[in-house]
Amino acid sequence: MSRVRVLVGTSKGAFVLESDAKREKWDVRGPLFGGWEVYHMKGSPVDPNRIYASQSTGWFGQIVQRSDDGGDTWAPVSNEFAYDGVPGTHQWYDGTPHPWEFARVWHLEPSLSDPDTVLAGIEDAALFRTSDGGHSWHELSGLRGHGTGHSWQPGAGGMCLHTIIVSPEDPRRIVIAISAAGAFRSDDGGVSWKPINKGLRSEGIPDGEAEVGHCVHHVAMHPSRPDVLFMQKHWDVMRSNDAGDSWFEISDNLPTDFGFAIDVHAHEAETLYVVPITSDSEHFVFDGKLRVFRSRTGGGEWEPLTKGLPQKDCYVNVLRDAMAVDGLDECGIYFGTTGGQVYASANAGNSWAPIVRDLPRVLSVEVQTLA
Amino acid sequence: MIRVVLPAHLKTLAGVSGEVDLEVDGVVCVAAIIDAIERAYPSLRGTIRDPATLRRRPFVRFFVDEEDVSHVPLDESLAPSVASGATPFIVVGAMAGG
Repeated sequence: MSRVRVLVGTSKGAFVLESDAKREKWDVRGPLFGGWEVYHMKGSPVDPNRIYASQSTGWFGQIVQRSDDGGDTWAPVSNEFAYDGVPGTHQWYDGTPHPWEFARVWHLEPSLSDPDTVLAGIEDAALFRTSDGGHSWHELSGLRGHGTGHSWQPGAGGMCLHTIIVSPEDPRRIVIAISAAGAFRSDDGGVSWKPINKGLRSEGIPDGEAEVGHCVHHVAMHPSRPDVLFMQKHWDVMRSNDAGDSWFEISDNLPTDFGFAIDVHAHEAETLYVVPITSDSEHFVFDGKLRVFRSRTGGGEWEPLTKGLPQKDCYVNVLRDAMAVDGLDECGIYFGTTGGQVYASANAGNSWAPIVRDLPRVLSVEVQTLA
Repeated sequence: MIRVVLPAHLKTLAGVSGEVDLEVDGVVCVAAIIDAIERAYPSLRGTIRDPATLRRRPFVRFFVDEEDVSHVPLDESLAPSVASGATPFIVVGAMAGG
């Protein structure tokens, strides 16, 4: 019988939540790596027992953990992320040159075809790859070196490479996003890159339509249409039908279009989910109501989903990597909040129930659908 | 054989409890002790000192006999009591908030 395994990274450890296809009763394991920030945890699509986790603290730095048994046991793999060659500088918040410095791993993206191959997005923004199960990491330095890297600036949360999308049709196509540099694409497996920010408008930067400098919060894609991308930006929800070569706004009737998370229904490529928050200075849902908004038309015509979610006195946020979908016939949607709740919907968002309520601040949510 | 006390998180990461006993090659100095820690417990590489610069991580301090030796040159010999095992070399994580 099918099962789902929800991988939750929090500010004080990781949790593994498992259920059967009904998604009503849950087994909760954790905290794993208790006391550490777990920015991201994700399983290999080809071997669900292989899971990688980014574990870090300001005290002791970065650890990358790997499980080969579905999260029961873990062992550290390499935590060495050395920039290729002479790293050079990027821009600091005040516009002065600042050396590239490794801070942490924000996102791990296991290969669609090989459990030993993983891409890692790090802060200060760069892309690394392992081909040996995490025992060594090597920078795909063409990204920082393609020409605009020296002008990248950090966002408030640091200059992080937080989104990595590999096309299921062509693994040489990789889309990444950086706060606050923008989105970039490679069509040759990460050797060469170009900015893909045309159509984005950001009022808070000197040139609102600049080639780089946009604070992209997250990008999502449905595997059946790798050329169609959806973006939650620092203000604006955007869509591209040409793999990011151009973008247009799809915020439409959203009450506010500021947010972090965005995702796509597993089986309906035009059904999107976002969790709007009040503003760039008030990072909590507006009016005290936790509402997921769904569009069934690929943007535009957004409807609030509230059944089972608190509609008063709720002031949480959903961070950029804290929403995921499962692949069961009736698509399940999951998200975690900064208040420590993890909510699940077993009916594509029509109703919700908390799996857990009192975790530490949730940083990431991923889901494995297990046969 | 020298004695080393690790902070709680690093004991967990290394899979040890209590003090650890380590052999240090040559002069018993901060750098050599950390070398020995990382040799014995590879999972601790990068957790006490930055792997690129080899500088102590900012939120980590070293103590010997209640004296802060965090700023002692990395290759300077520590007190003989450390080399003899009479006194442990203590690695402490800052009690900063968060």
